[in-house]
Amino acid sequence: MALPNKPLGETKAVRDPAVEEREVDILIVGGGMAACGAAFEVKKWASDDMKILLVDKAAMERSGAVAQGLSAINTYIGENKPEDYVRMVRNDLMGLVREDLIFDLGCHVDDSVHLFEEWGLPIWKKDENNKNLDGKKGLKMGTLKSGAKPVRTGKWQIMINGESYKRIVAEAAKKALGVENILERVFIVELLLDANNENQVAGAVGFSVRENKVYIIKAKTIMVACGGAVNIYMPRSVGEGKGRAWYPVWNAGSTYTMAMKVGAELSMMENRFTPARFKDGYGPVGAWFLLFKAKTLNGLGENFAASEAAKAELQKYAPYGTAAVTPTCLRNHLMLFEMKAGRGPIIMDTVTALAEIAKTLDKKELKHLESEAWEDFLDMTCGQANLWCATNTEPEKKNSEVMPTEPYLLGSHSGCCGMWVSGPDYDWVPAAYKWGDKGKVYNRMTTVIGLFTAGDGVGCSGHKFSSGSHAEGRIAAKQMVRFVRDHADFKPTLKQTTKELVDMVYKPVYTFLDHCNYTTAVDINPNYVKPSGMALRLMKATHEYGGGTATYYMTSSKNLEIVMDMLATMREDCEKLAAGDLHELMRAWEIYHRIWTVEAHLRHIQFRKETRYPGFYYQADYPGQDDANWFCFVNSKYDPKTGQWSVFKKDYIKLFPDA
Amino acid sequence: MPSYVIAEKCDGCKGGDKTACMYICPNDLMVLDTTAMKAYNQEPDQCWECFSCVKICPNQAIEVRGYSDFVPLGSSIMPMMSSEDVMWTCKFRNGVIKRFKFPIRTTPEGEANAYPNLKGKDLDSPLLATEEADGYQIPKPALL
Repeated sequence: MALPNKPLGETKAVRDPAVEEREVDILIVGGGMAACGAAFEVKKWASDDMKILLVDKAAMERSGAVAQGLSAINTYIGENKPEDYVRMVRNDLMGLVREDLIFDLGCHVDDSVHLFEEWGLPIWKKDENNKNLDGKKGLKMGTLKSGAKPVRTGKWQIMINGESYKRIVAEAAKKALGVENILERVFIVELLLDANNENQVAGAVGFSVRENKVYIIKAKTIMVACGGAVNIYMPRSVGEGKGRAWYPVWNAGSTYTMAMKVGAELSMMENRFTPARFKDGYGPVGAWFLLFKAKTLNGLGENFAASEAAKAELQKYAPYGTAAVTPTCLRNHLMLFEMKAGRGPIIMDTVTALAEIAKTLDKKELKHLESEAWEDFLDMTCGQANLWCATNTEPEKKNSEVMPTEPYLLGSHSGCCGMWVSGPDYDWVPAAYKWGDKGKVYNRMTTVIGLFTAGDGVGCSGHKFSSGSHAEGRIAAKQMVRFVRDHADFKPTLKQTTKELVDMVYKPVYTFLDHCNYTTAVDINPNYVKPSGMALRLMKATHEYGGGTATYYMTSSKNLEIVMDMLATMREDCEKLAAGDLHELMRAWEIYHRIWTVEAHLRHIQFRKETRYPGFYYQADYPGQDDANWFCFVNSKYDPKTGQWSVFKKDYIKLFPDA
Repeated sequence: MPSYVIAEKCDGCKGGDKTACMYICPNDLMVLDTTAMKAYNQEPDQCWECFSCVKICPNQAIEVRGYSDFVPLGSSIMPMMSSEDVMWTCKFRNGVIKRFKFPIRTTPEGEANAYPNLKGKDLDSPLLATEEADGYQIPKPALL
C-alpha cells in the first residue's frame, strides 16, 4: 500500500504544461445564458475575417445557472411597458438602480424569448377559455411572437417546460458560432492588460482541466460573463449538502475578480441575495406564491406577513415597503423578524393553497395541478423533489418549511452587484452613464477599454434572469463587433512573457510538487494549503463576521474590521495554494476568485454606512436607511498598478417618474 | 444529493477517452478510472444534483442518493429522457410512487434555427440582428 501523499485526481498535473497561444478579435469568456446570447449574435455583425473564440469552463450544453433547467422565464415584457419593468426592478432593489440599463434590457428581452420558443422551448399558453396548456399542447395556440397568450404567474413571469432550456439555447449558440470557435473545459483565470495602452484589455490566460495545457489568448475585445458567486458563505448544509447551493455551486466569482483585477470599476457589490427557499432542498417558491397563491405561516400558524405588525414594519421602509409588491429583501426581513422572536419555523401552507384551487377543478385538472407542482421542482431543483419523496411529503397533505439561504452575489436575479458599465447611446441617457473610447459610446463596456460584460457581471440592473442575460449578451456582442471595427489598428500586446504567465497559472502545481513528499498524507503539509481547506476557511470567516446565517445576516464595523484582516491573510496564504491534479488546480483558482470577490463585497458593506437591504444584511452600527447620505451607488476600484483600493459614491439619477 | 455510478452497469463509455458523464458535468465531478474502466463522482460535496450525468448516461448507470446530511434514506427520483419528453419516476420512502411526464422540446434535436445567413445591416443602431430583420421599433421612453 503506497503512502497517501500522492495526487488524488485522475489527471495529474505536471511541471511543464503544453502552451497554446492564440490571437483573436473577440473573446467570450463563459458559456451560460449571457455568453450563449453573445455567441448567437456576434457573427450576424462580424465581418467574415473576424476571429471569434468562446471559452467555457464546462460544456455549454449544460453550463451556467440554467444547466439543470428552469420552470419559468422570469422576464418577458409582452403586453407590459419597459418603463413599468424599470419601476418594478427599482422598487425591489430599494430605489438604487441604473434605469438606463434596465429600460434598454426591457426593449430587447422579448426578442430572445421569441427565439427560445422558435428553437423548441415549450412555453405554456392560455387557451380560448383561459385554461392553461403546457408547452406542447399550447403549440396549437401559436407562438408568443404571433400573439398567443403566455401563462403569467406574476406580471413579468411566464411558465415553461424548461428541463432542456439550456440545451436548446446552447445548441443555437454553438451552431451560430461554429464549434471550431469554441473551447470547452478551459478555465480562464486572469485577464491581461495591454502593454502599450493604459487601461485597455488585451488578452486572457487559463488552462485546460482535461490536459496539462495553458492557453494564452490575445484579443482586441473580451466579454467576461462567468456568472455570480456561490459557496462564499457557510452554507446551511455543511456535509455533502454544501453542493446543494441555491445558485450554481460552480459560480466562483470569476466574473468580478477577473474584471476587478484589471481595474474595472465595481458597483453595488454590497448588494447580495439571500433567497427564502424550501428548506434544505432550496426548491423554488415563486410558483407557490404566484401560481398556487400559497401563504407562509409562522410557527404559531399565523399569516404573519398580513399582520398589523408587519404592515407597521414595512411602513418604516416606505415607499419601497409600502408598494403593491413587497421588495424581496423586506419579505425576508419579515420572516427573520418572526424567527428571531421565536415564532419560527416559517411554513409554506401548500395544503390550504392546493385545497383552495382544487375546489374549482375536476379530477383530471386536479391531477394536472399536482403534476405542475412537481414539475416546478423537477425542471430546476430535482433534489427538492427527492427531499419531498424522502420525507413522504405530498404537498396537498403535508406542508413544508421555508428558510432564507446563505448569501449569494449576483447581478441577474433579485440582486444587483457587478461592474459599472456604460449604458446605451441614446440622447436621454445621462453623460455620467455612458462612455466608450475615442469619442464613441460602447453599451455594456466596463470602465476598462475593450472589456465588456453581461448577465451577472452587470451591476445596478437586477431582475434580468435567464432571458434578460441572453439578451444582454447579444447587446454586448454587437458592441464588441463595433469596437473591433473601430479599433482596426489596435494590436494587442501582452506585458508578461509566456513563461511568466505559465508560472502564474501553474504556481499551485509547482507548490504541490515541490512539497508533497515532505509529509506522509497529502492534505496535511505545513508548506501549502489545499483549496478545500481554504474554501472552508473563507466560509467560516464570512459566516461569523461578514453577516452570514450565523448572526441572522448581522455584521458591524468591528466585525468587518476583523474579517478584512482575515481576508488579507487568506490572500497571502493563497500564494501557497497547492494542486496535485487538474481538477484541484481549477478549485485553487476558484477559491482565489471567491476570496477577492468577497473582499469587494465586504469593502462595500463597510463603506455604505446604512442598512439599505434589511433582510439581505444588517450593519448593526448603521441600522435603517439613510437617504440623506446614502441615496447613491457605491462603486469601487482596485488599481492593478499600485494594488490600492478606492471606494466612493456615485450619483444615482432618476430617469423614470413613479407610476 | 450526490450522483453515484452503479459499478455493474458502467462500461466507461466503451473505452473512449471521455465518458458521457465527464463530458456533461458542469462542475467537472465525473471522472473515469481508466484501469477499472468505470466512472465515479470525485467530489460528492460539490454535486449540485443537476442530474445532467443521470440524464446523459447511455447505460442508465448513474443515479442519485440524497445528501447524507439531511435526506433520509429510501427514496429515489429517476428521469427517462426521450427526444420530446422527460418521464420522472418518484419513489417515496413510504412506498408511494408517482410518475410525471413533461415536454422538454418542441423541435427535433439539432434543428434550432441559428439564422446562419442573417447578416445585420446597421452596426451603429441599437437593434439586434433579428429585431432589425423584423423592422422592430425601439419603444420611446416616457421620462421624467
